[in-house]
Amino acid sequence: MFAQLTTDPGESGFHAPKVGDFFPGPIVEGAPGWLTKYTILVAIAVVAILAFFLLAYRDPKLVPTKKQWFAESIYGFARNSISQGMIGPEGVRFAPYITTLFVFIAAMNFFAILPGVQTSPNSHIAYPLVLGLLSYFIFIAVGIKKHGAGRFFKNHLMPPAPWFMQPLLIPIEFISNFIARPLTLALRLFANMFAGHMILVVFTMGGFALLGAQNILLKPIGILSFLMAIALTFLEMLVVILQAYIFSVLSASYIGGALADEH
Amino acid sequence: MALAEVFGNLSAVGYGLAAIGPGIGVGLVFASYIQSTARQPESARITQPFVWIGFAVIELLALLGIAFGFVFAGDLA
Repeated sequence: MFAQLTTDPGESGFHAPKVGDFFPGPIVEGAPGWLTKYTILVAIAVVAILAFFLLAYRDPKLVPTKKQWFAESIYGFARNSISQGMIGPEGVRFAPYITTLFVFIAAMNFFAILPGVQTSPNSHIAYPLVLGLLSYFIFIAVGIKKHGAGRFFKNHLMPPAPWFMQPLLIPIEFISNFIARPLTLALRLFANMFAGHMILVVFTMGGFALLGAQNILLKPIGILSFLMAIALTFLEMLVVILQAYIFSVLSASYIGGALADEH
Repeated sequence: MALAEVFGNLSAVGYGLAAIGPGIGVGLVFASYIQSTARQPESARITQPFVWIGFAVIELLALLGIAFGFVFAGDLA
């Protein structure tokens, strides 16, 4: 009986999610190859963000309406806490970029928990990679513009240390500052959304499989599995905002490091 | 007859082992934050961004385990 309990997959069977699920084809037959679910979701996110901020700030009042207050507090948070907190007084210049990054990533991540969609463009490595490379180029460009190429690279490659340590330190600094930064920015966001989607699919599909199992004892566990899926959706809600926040905080701190006078 | 046999894939066990380190690390980050906040509550706002940066950097190690699990499995598509 125990063997049946553990191995009997039931009629519907259980199909673990595959990596291939994250590479959907064109949305309809015959559409061009780039027109996948993800590109459409990105377009929706862009339009929604534009519409929200334009509508919220179309007719600004001294005493803000609810919508205006919401938009202003998002921008205020990104400007005061993230930009100025990480970069310093100069951070106001970068507040638009940081805010855009924060809101755009949050909106794209939000698709991961939106019922009916439940997949985020960020669970495809291409989208986080572009965002990571954007932050990477911006922090290098900003640093070179402020200090000149020589001093910028000297600040970022040569930590203050005795000269005989430099052959050891320069490669380490190079890898951590110029190779790992865009990669880790992209991978962190990607892996979070990827794993989040994977977990939700496992619990939801597992719930169906267990409900459809022939063994009556397994059916209640199917309910438990669905409840776990719901609980983990709330956890994902936290991850959605947290990852957007972390991405923008790290971008801001890279820019802040590039602008800093001394290492 | 084999004494013990393993079916399927050991990568889940491997990932579990790989997640121990980041788990301890993330625990240390938040433990330190709670401690410092308890000792000096007015520093809570100042240290918060660094908590999240530290958390993100450590958490990445566990996430690399997820990504590279699939990379080394060799069946990405």
